[in-house]
Amino acid sequence: MDALMNFGLGIFGSAWPAVWTLLKIVLIVAPLMLGVAYLTYFERKVIGYMQVRIGPNRVGPWGLIQPIADGLKLLLKEIIIPTTANKGIFIIAPMLAIAPALACWAVVPFTDSLVVANIDASLLYIMAISSMGVYGIILSGWASNSKYAFLGAMRSAAQMVSYEISMGFSLICVLMVSNSLNLVDIVNVQDQGRFAGWGLSFLSWNWLPLFPMFIVYLISGTAELNRAPFDVAEGESEIVAGFHVEYSGMAFALFFLAEYANMILVSALTSILFLGGWLSPVGFLPDGILWLFIKMSAILFLFLWFRATFPRYRYDQLMRLGWKVFLPICLIWLVVVGVWMMSPLNIWK
Amino acid sequence: MDFQTAVFYFLSAILVFASLRVITARNPVHAALHLILAFFTCGGIWALLQAEFLAIAIILVYVGAVMVLFLFVVMMLDINIDRIRQGFWNYLPLGALLGILMVVEMGLVLGSKYFQIPAAEAMLPAGVSNTKSIGALMFTDYVYPFELASIILLVGMIAAIVLTYRGPKKSKYTNPNQQVFIKAKDRVRVLQMPVEKD
Repeated sequence: MDALMNFGLGIFGSAWPAVWTLLKIVLIVAPLMLGVAYLTYFERKVIGYMQVRIGPNRVGPWGLIQPIADGLKLLLKEIIIPTTANKGIFIIAPMLAIAPALACWAVVPFTDSLVVANIDASLLYIMAISSMGVYGIILSGWASNSKYAFLGAMRSAAQMVSYEISMGFSLICVLMVSNSLNLVDIVNVQDQGRFAGWGLSFLSWNWLPLFPMFIVYLISGTAELNRAPFDVAEGESEIVAGFHVEYSGMAFALFFLAEYANMILVSALTSILFLGGWLSPVGFLPDGILWLFIKMSAILFLFLWFRATFPRYRYDQLMRLGWKVFLPICLIWLVVVGVWMMSPLNIWK
Repeated sequence: MDFQTAVFYFLSAILVFASLRVITARNPVHAALHLILAFFTCGGIWALLQAEFLAIAIILVYVGAVMVLFLFVVMMLDINIDRIRQGFWNYLPLGALLGILMVVEMGLVLGSKYFQIPAAEAMLPAGVSNTKSIGALMFTDYVYPFELASIILLVGMIAAIVLTYRGPKKSKYTNPNQQVFIKAKDRVRVLQMPVEKD
C-alpha cells in the first residue's frame, strides 16, 4: 500500500490525492454497475424459478451474458423526447435519479478501513443524499407532460415522503444505541456485549434488541425503493409504467440503474445498521468483507422474494401502513429504547 | 487565492444566480427548482465553514422534505403568470419597504458581535464533533427556546389541519380495519358438487 502511494506521488506529484480519490470512486462504481447488471439477471432467474419457469437462458451459458446484451440494446436505442415535454428537465431528471444513488456510496464502509470517506456524520449524509432521489421521479413525471407519468410521480412523491419518516425514526433508534452517527462505529459497537463475549456475536447485533425497527426499516426501505409490493409509482397494470413511461433508451436505463443501485445500497445499509456489517456471526470465524456481501445478497434475495410473492398495495392501504402502523410503532419503540438505555438493564454500555 | 476561497466564490456565484432566478423565472416549477439549487449550494457553503451538521440538516430537511412537498403543490397549481403580474407596480412600494426592512434586520444581525470573531478563532479544534456540541447546547442552555419553537411548529401543524378540515365526509367510506381482518372463509364458500353422470 505504501509502495503504491509513493509510486502515485512520484508520477502525479501534488495532484495525487485527487487522482487517488478518483481511482477509489472508479473502484466502487465499476463493481457496483456490474452488480446492478447481474442483480437484474439474478432477479429474472429467481422470480423465474419461483414461478416454475427457467428465466433467461439463451444468451451465453445459462443466459449469463443476458444483462450485457440488454445494456447494449438500451445503449443503441434512440432517446425519444415528446414534443410537448419540458426538454431541459426531461433530460436532467434521469441524472437526478442516478446521482444520489451513486453519491451515497462515498460513505458506505466495506470493512473498518475500506471506505472512501470515513466521516463523522455519515448516517446523516446518507439520509440527506438518499432523500434527494425522489426529485428524479417527480421531475421526470412532470416534464414528460403525460397524465400517466404525472400520476406516477405524484404517487411516488407522497409515498417516499411518508416512508422516509418511519425510516428516519428507525435510524434514530440505531444511533441512540450506538451513540454515534459514524457507520464504522455503528458496526464496531455491535461487536460488544454479553453474546459477543460468548462467541455468539450474531445475537448482539442490532437486529435482536431493535427487532421492530429492523422490520420497519426493511419494509420502509422496500417502499422507498418503489419495489413491489409498493410499486404504485410504476403500477404497470394501472398507469402503464408510471413516471418513466415516456422514457426510452439510455434515459430509461438510468432510472433502471438508479433503482437497482438503490436496492444494493439499502441492502448494504440494512446489513451495516442491523446485521453487523462485516462482522462474522460466530467468534471462531474471522471478520471480513465476505460476510457483508453474504448479508447483502440475503437481503437482496428477500426483495426479489417480496416481488414474486405479494400483490401490489392499493394506494390508501399504503398510506395507512406508513402513517397509522409504522409511525406509532416507531414512536413507541423510540421511547422504549430511551427508557431501556436509562434503566439499570442497559445492555449498550 | 487559496482553494477554499475559490470554492467559496464558486458556490456563492451559483447561490446568487439561483436566488435571482427564483424571483425572475416565469415558470413556477423552474423557480422552485432554482430554490432547491439555492438550498443545496447554501449547504455547500456551510460545509465549507465546518458546520457539517447544519449543512446536512438543510439538505435533509429543506431539499429532501420541504421542497418535495412544495414542488408537489406548485405542480398541481394552475398559475396564470400574466394575471399575477398585473398588480406589480401597485404592490412595488409596499414590497420594497418590506424588502428594505428585512435587509436592515439582516444587517443588524450580521453586524452584531457574534459575527465579528476572526475566522482562525472560529475554527473547531480537531476531535470536537459539531453535531455533539449543537445537541448539547440545544438541550441544556437553549432548551426553553427550543421547546418553544417546537410548540409553535405543533400549533402551526394543528392550525393547518383545522383550517383545511371541511366537516365529516359524506361519501361512502370503507373501514380499513374490517378490510385488513377479513378472512377468506367469510367471503368464499366452497361447494362440494357431485360429478354428474348421464
